[in-house]
Amino acid sequence: MDIFLQQIINGLVVGSVYALIALGYTMVYGILQLINFAHGEIVMIGAMVTITCINFLIGHNVNLPGPLLLALGLAMAIPVTMLLGYLIERIAYRPLRKAPRLAPLITAIGVSIVLQQAAMMIWGRNYRAFPAILPSDVVEFGGASITTLQIAIIALSIVLLIGLFLLIERTKMGRAMRATAQSPDVARLMGVNVNNIISLTFMIGSALGAVAGVLVAANYDQAHAYMGFMIGLKAFTAAVLGGIGNLGGAVLGGILLGLIESIGSGYLGDLTGGFLGSQYKDIFAFLVLILVLIFRPSGLMGERVAERA
Amino acid sequence: MSIARYSMIAAAVLAITACGKQEPAKKAETKPASAPASAPAAAGDTIKIGYAGPLTGNIAHIGKDLEYGARLAVDTFNEAGGVELAGKKMKLVLVAEDDQGDPKTATTVAQRFVDQKVVGVVGHLQSGTSIPASKIYSDAGIPQITPSSTAIAYTAQGYKTTFRLIANDAQQGKVLAEYAVKTLKAKKVAIIDDRTAYGQGLADEFEKAAKAAGATVVKREFTNDKETDFNSILTSIKGTQPDLIFYGGLDAQGAPLKKQAKKLGIKATLMGADAWQTPEFIKLAGADAEGAYASIPGQPKERMPGSKEFLAKFKQKFNTEVQLYAPNSYDAVLVMVEAMKKAGSSEPAKYLPELAKVSYSGGVTGPISFDAKGDIKDGAITIYQVKNGKWEIMEVVGGAAKK
Amino acid sequence: MNLINSLPRKKGTLIAFCLLLLVLPWMISSGFQSGSSYLRALDMALLFIMLALGLNIVVGYAGLLDFGYIAFYAVGAYTYALLNSPHLQAMLPSWMMYPPFVVSIVICAIVACVFGIMLGAPTLKLRGDYLAIVTLGFGQIVRIFMTNLDRPINLTNGPQGINNILPPQFLGYNLGKPIEWFGLQFEPVHLFYYLILFFCALIIVVSIRLQNSRLGRAWVAIREDEIAANAMGINTRNVKLLAFAMGATFGGVSGALFASLQGFISPESFILMESIMVLSMVVLGGMGHIPGVILGAIIVSITPEVLRDVINPLQMAVVGRKVVDPETLRMLIFGAAMIIVMLVRPEGLWPSKRRRAELRPATKGIALQEKDDLQDAERNHD
Repeated sequence: MDIFLQQIINGLVVGSVYALIALGYTMVYGILQLINFAHGEIVMIGAMVTITCINFLIGHNVNLPGPLLLALGLAMAIPVTMLLGYLIERIAYRPLRKAPRLAPLITAIGVSIVLQQAAMMIWGRNYRAFPAILPSDVVEFGGASITTLQIAIIALSIVLLIGLFLLIERTKMGRAMRATAQSPDVARLMGVNVNNIISLTFMIGSALGAVAGVLVAANYDQAHAYMGFMIGLKAFTAAVLGGIGNLGGAVLGGILLGLIESIGSGYLGDLTGGFLGSQYKDIFAFLVLILVLIFRPSGLMGERVAERA
Repeated sequence: MSIARYSMIAAAVLAITACGKQEPAKKAETKPASAPASAPAAAGDTIKIGYAGPLTGNIAHIGKDLEYGARLAVDTFNEAGGVELAGKKMKLVLVAEDDQGDPKTATTVAQRFVDQKVVGVVGHLQSGTSIPASKIYSDAGIPQITPSSTAIAYTAQGYKTTFRLIANDAQQGKVLAEYAVKTLKAKKVAIIDDRTAYGQGLADEFEKAAKAAGATVVKREFTNDKETDFNSILTSIKGTQPDLIFYGGLDAQGAPLKKQAKKLGIKATLMGADAWQTPEFIKLAGADAEGAYASIPGQPKERMPGSKEFLAKFKQKFNTEVQLYAPNSYDAVLVMVEAMKKAGSSEPAKYLPELAKVSYSGGVTGPISFDAKGDIKDGAITIYQVKNGKWEIMEVVGGAAKK
Repeated sequence: MNLINSLPRKKGTLIAFCLLLLVLPWMISSGFQSGSSYLRALDMALLFIMLALGLNIVVGYAGLLDFGYIAFYAVGAYTYALLNSPHLQAMLPSWMMYPPFVVSIVICAIVACVFGIMLGAPTLKLRGDYLAIVTLGFGQIVRIFMTNLDRPINLTNGPQGINNILPPQFLGYNLGKPIEWFGLQFEPVHLFYYLILFFCALIIVVSIRLQNSRLGRAWVAIREDEIAANAMGINTRNVKLLAFAMGATFGGVSGALFASLQGFISPESFILMESIMVLSMVVLGGMGHIPGVILGAIIVSITPEVLRDVINPLQMAVVGRKVVDPETLRMLIFGAAMIIVMLVRPEGLWPSKRRRAELRPATKGIALQEKDDLQDAERNHD
């Protein structure tokens, strides 16, 4: 039982990070029907900038408690990624808004390559270690163990998610975002500055991405120029699983994907008598996705809407 | 639009790309020293050696490390005035190319080396790129010395031009498994590999040897070379309570693996192979690195004559620590030049037989000679453990230590 | 567009172009210092042209976004490798081993086609980006199986890959060794060039014939509006499946040729990035337009190789020393080029007339004015 509980915890930690990143994909998709392939790279840059800042502070003998240092690093990284998100939208996506749907997809891939290589030029080829500033106490309960950092990851994710929901559901800006998602043209007629709203969406998504990037880097104690690609892909899968364009769906999809992965790789081998082992973890995740999409072609929480012309 | 018309346009495009190629080649002629990659083969007074490895991508740091090793050797020769062959001083030129760790690109790079009349190749890094490239080198008769590919298949192809300066998977897996079972007294062993040619080959050999030595393999788990989360597989390993966990894979995965094992309260010893024995591993795993075992083929760097000088020069020249196999690629150049000196020529056909029977001990990894297949003969394997944040030598198996 | 009609008129140009293609390897290998490696890159480019044309059927004609296309390339390559290498010799009956080259290619095409239908069948209902992610998953699934089917039974030799794949044998000639004809020395790269060129030409002809066929028009109809196409009496299910199957077949043939050229294959060659690259070839060149797709494939596959020779001299000329690593800069330029090309020509470098007309209508002025009006309205509201 303790092993099962441990696997659930493992899944929840991974899943909450997926959820944060998936939100970035799903927000952009909801408004522009565009897969922002470069989002994974934003996550990576968020992590890299934070690490650089913390190292700089430590190097200048700033003696602050770990979490405060982390907050300072994040305070630097979030504006950087927000600016980057804004620039990406402005340069690579906005001119193509009326273009065929695949054109912005290709520029997205281009942006992704450029950011990866630029990160490699700036931060080098080596893996960057995350500075050991955070306590890594292990809390035991029910035979399973979880670190304080992991608890913080789950808690922070929940707080950010609630904040985002409030922003979207309760504020005027949120209403403008929802209106733009439904129909940009009508929203424009209603006095919404659609371009600003789209820029804002990219910036909020990028800020969430930066936080997620830092959480990933802190949890695994490392960051690398190529770290964004894989985790971005997983998060995108999670967003589709939950129904892309739907915020609740992204969260559900992220948590589910985390749980599927951890339980899949933990028990697949025993269930199939050693025929399928943890090497099929990713296949398991994709199979669940395909099954879900066969029965609910627009994801778990996606609305059944006709294709928009 | 007819097929003929667009075919014409396609031809025009080809012609344009062709022109694009010619131009830089001309430019390069004026500055041969600054752009060795496209410098024409100046007949007679230079020896061109190729290096290929992944210089972009997620193991680029190891690829660059190898390039530095080879470059250091080349620069050392040149600073000493070059290599004297048949009474003539020759300069060495290192041509480094990026194979992106991709088998397709590796063959294109190999073909480039052949075209550029490179006389010997140091590389490639992975077995997945060394093997397809070796066919092209063999057809062209160019000796290839890999400093790091460990797949058994590489030298088993029957090519005369393939050499390797590193113990292969079977040798290393066996030494590690025997050390684990006999010295560390591990009875129950769990094995993880990263499903790359390197990790899987090593893990399979470790499994075989561990079973032969009398241990039981309680769990075999898998991950991939881009993963950083090992909590789920470690949790299911924890349930089987092994004495030792072996990981076939790279340092950048090994470090989080080690950390996560500690957080999950796993008491078992962790053991990796050569790709773990890097400063990177300790840097990334921090205090949690303590107690991990790893091995490295070759004599311990610190004990080799001349290696202190090598490490110092490396640090001074490239302003970075040696990651992994830089000594091997350094030695690869040395041994190649040694064979050339013996043959009195840098022509591949002439010095290849000398390379096959070379016996050289001036390098930094140990005495070098090759067996009939091209594998390093009686290569030593050193086992290390992390103690006080440093890799400490535990035992040297085989090699000169035995004699 | 019609091949047969255009023949009499453009016979001269066509013949001249064919001759050019035939002597091209000689021009390249004797004209440049690293000629053979360009020829090898050209071989690869031809393989990518086949891949891009196959994907063009799925994405360009039928409008089905496919992110896992490289899976069919992998299936073709592995099928060829298993039949033509000693790896499965102990397991397969001897009559199945080392079939004649043409038979191998046909088998690879059929196997890939079956995989195409396997992907198509469960995904018929999905649209747009949902289809994209499922095909992406399919591509990953195929690769993961290839990496892991070395246990319990060693079928694919796992991450170690399959080695010693026999080069094609033709009428007693072995393409893996230099052959002398009429006093000319034909190197293996040259021989492969002609072999791949032949198949490439075959696929181009098939593509052109398909485009204007009943089936080709049905695909376009589905791309434009599936419901309307259905109402017009098109069996959308079968037609979509056929698109997947045809696309997969092209990929399978290309994969088989890749395996025979390389002599060694491993799962590393069939990663997601390759699927993305093939997709960029199709989109950059001009979706649904055969010459555009060919152009896209040539540019995307050859640019990184050409940049190898350009970067260092360029850096020297501009800055005077090595500032950044040429390899990183090379990929950076490549990525930037992708963005710029799409920004300047969102319809692709060489789009079909129909697409250009859709995107840059003759009534452009009106369209622009409409847009302006909206923005004015917006400004007034702010």
